[in-house]
Amino acid sequence: MKRVTSVRGKAIPMDRANVDTDQIIPARHLKRIERTGYGPFAFEAWRKDPDFILNDPAYAGSKIMLCRENFGSGSSREHAVWALDGLGIEAVVGESFADIFKSNCFQGGMLTIELPKSDIDELMAMAVNRPDTEFVVDLPSQTVGNADGSWQRNFDIDPFKKYRLERGLDDISMTLEYVSDIEAFETAQTYSLPHATA
Amino acid sequence: MSGRTLFEKIWDSHVVHSPLQEQSRREALAEAGTGDPDELLGERQELLYIDLHLIHEVTSPQAFEGLRQAGRPVRRPDRTLGTVDHNVPTIDRQLPNPDPLSARQIEVMQANAREFGITLYDIFDMRQGIVHIIGPEQGFTQPGMTIVCGDSHTSTHGAFGSLAFGIGTSEVEHVLATQTLRQSKPKTMSVEVTGQLRPGVTAKDVILAIINEIGVHGGLGHVIEYRGEVIHNLSMEGRMTICNMSIEAGARAGLIAPDETTFEYTKGRPQAPKGDEWDQAVARWEELPSDSDAVFDREVVIDGSRIKPFVTWGTNPAQSAPVDGRVPDPSALPAEKRESVERALAYMNLSPNTPISDISVNRVFIGSCTNGRIEDLRAAATVVGHNKVADGVSAMVVPGSGLVKKQAEDEGLAAVFIDAGFEWRDAGCSMCLGMNPDILLPGQRSASTSNRNFEGRQGPGGRTHLVSPEMAAAAAIAGHFVDVSEVAS
Repeated sequence: MKRVTSVRGKAIPMDRANVDTDQIIPARHLKRIERTGYGPFAFEAWRKDPDFILNDPAYAGSKIMLCRENFGSGSSREHAVWALDGLGIEAVVGESFADIFKSNCFQGGMLTIELPKSDIDELMAMAVNRPDTEFVVDLPSQTVGNADGSWQRNFDIDPFKKYRLERGLDDISMTLEYVSDIEAFETAQTYSLPHATA
Repeated sequence: MSGRTLFEKIWDSHVVHSPLQEQSRREALAEAGTGDPDELLGERQELLYIDLHLIHEVTSPQAFEGLRQAGRPVRRPDRTLGTVDHNVPTIDRQLPNPDPLSARQIEVMQANAREFGITLYDIFDMRQGIVHIIGPEQGFTQPGMTIVCGDSHTSTHGAFGSLAFGIGTSEVEHVLATQTLRQSKPKTMSVEVTGQLRPGVTAKDVILAIINEIGVHGGLGHVIEYRGEVIHNLSMEGRMTICNMSIEAGARAGLIAPDETTFEYTKGRPQAPKGDEWDQAVARWEELPSDSDAVFDREVVIDGSRIKPFVTWGTNPAQSAPVDGRVPDPSALPAEKRESVERALAYMNLSPNTPISDISVNRVFIGSCTNGRIEDLRAAATVVGHNKVADGVSAMVVPGSGLVKKQAEDEGLAAVFIDAGFEWRDAGCSMCLGMNPDILLPGQRSASTSNRNFEGRQGPGGRTHLVSPEMAAAAAIAGHFVDVSEVAS
């Protein structure tokens, strides 16, 4: 897993609720067998609109995306995280995230920060009024704010998830330390289960 | 202490261990200065055993590549089943795949299955089909199991009283390597649908009505248990349609208590327990339903007798109306709702207050993991009868599996569709998500039995209206939406 500590950069205000993964990366671009190369297709349909926020050069190079409710809804495609990563996004800050998307972000070392609507309103306003505003998402101190420190909020994160992100720990390696527990579970599971290779 | 819900019983019986006790978690808590490491802080993450892992060509290649790079085997190939469904052509399969990227993804799936010893229902296997159709069809899906797949519609399998949910590719790799997942325990939600459904009202209408009621993020962080008389009276196939779209309400999973209907459907399927093992399994499954004193974190009750056939008019599955209703007028809505409705109507090219039955379609798609099973095809064929597809409408039926296709042909359903002017295709996900050549052209409007009406879902610029198989068939014949419940009664 990618090691994450803090993200500093401009923020794109994606001011729409229920942004689904079909918008973030359309299904027809899921045919690659790599984890990279999805950035050019991110928000492909919406980017055809010259007024779409991602087409505004003022936000070029942003590392943070500001979102509304239920961002990343729909499909389980982790390609949505890879597509945001391809755009250079390292943290998404919003009102709420779809469950599978949030879990995929964790796997990809993409921070998902949830804040109340009133805070998101204020962040959006700052990013809209001054697109060059620098923001900082800091994992160790669990804070998000503007770089000059005049606006700052704390965010919640599970301590164990924080620990894993800060060290870039690999979930699979961690789980394999407990392989004897898995074996014991399998031994105890005496009832019949489907057998795909039978 | 109150009793446990169906979900909690399955969850509890699959906890390998609680990472509460892991050394690194204790260190994390010590570092956070949170005192006693045995105290439950933050999310309750647990290591959950996975009984069945379904895989397909689109979300697995990077997971297998990860295994190769780390030199890890698949822990339980016998609990892993693969198929190809998302991007397979549904026509002219004997010809080279017209899309080289899709062809490569399918070849990679085949190579990975060989290398890691995984059973694959490959493109010319009779059992090939949509991953959520073939699991139940072969009896892989059984009550009380934990089932995952790199696909959000894995919730379908919850119809059997199993805990089934979609995961991303990194988690697919985790399951391949360990047969477990680290999961935070979701909350529980009861959705009770009371009363009796009107004639012509189907499981699809029930789930569209539920999503309309609770919203596309009403289920975030929850597992929904569907209950009540309407749910109890549904067939297994109807229950699968309901659970399938749990994710469209944002829920982590959806499930329904197993009962005689479940056992009857499962018995005799290739993977179902046999003989004494069957009796033991049923005895175990009968213990699964939620205890009468179980407490849900949230409860919703919907009067099933009031549900009408539903049609989505917008760009998410909650933006829907009864077929005798109208497209909403954004100017009559509160400001916070107005913008999204305006955007949806602009994308869908619909005027406010348009009667739903005045909306004409030029494409009809019957299929998908939501409505691609034999009952769905029977229901659609009954509506089609001896009628013809309307002029200017292009309609297709894509069975959910090779076996559904064969059964529909044996029952004479295929002939009904073909005589009416429908295209009769091979099994796959097809126009549900437009990964293969089956797509809407820009500006085309479909009546679709699938699960998502997101912008561009069925093809860039395409406009999707989600409906039941009966409603889709009726729209194909009439060229516009009609109330099948009027016809039925």
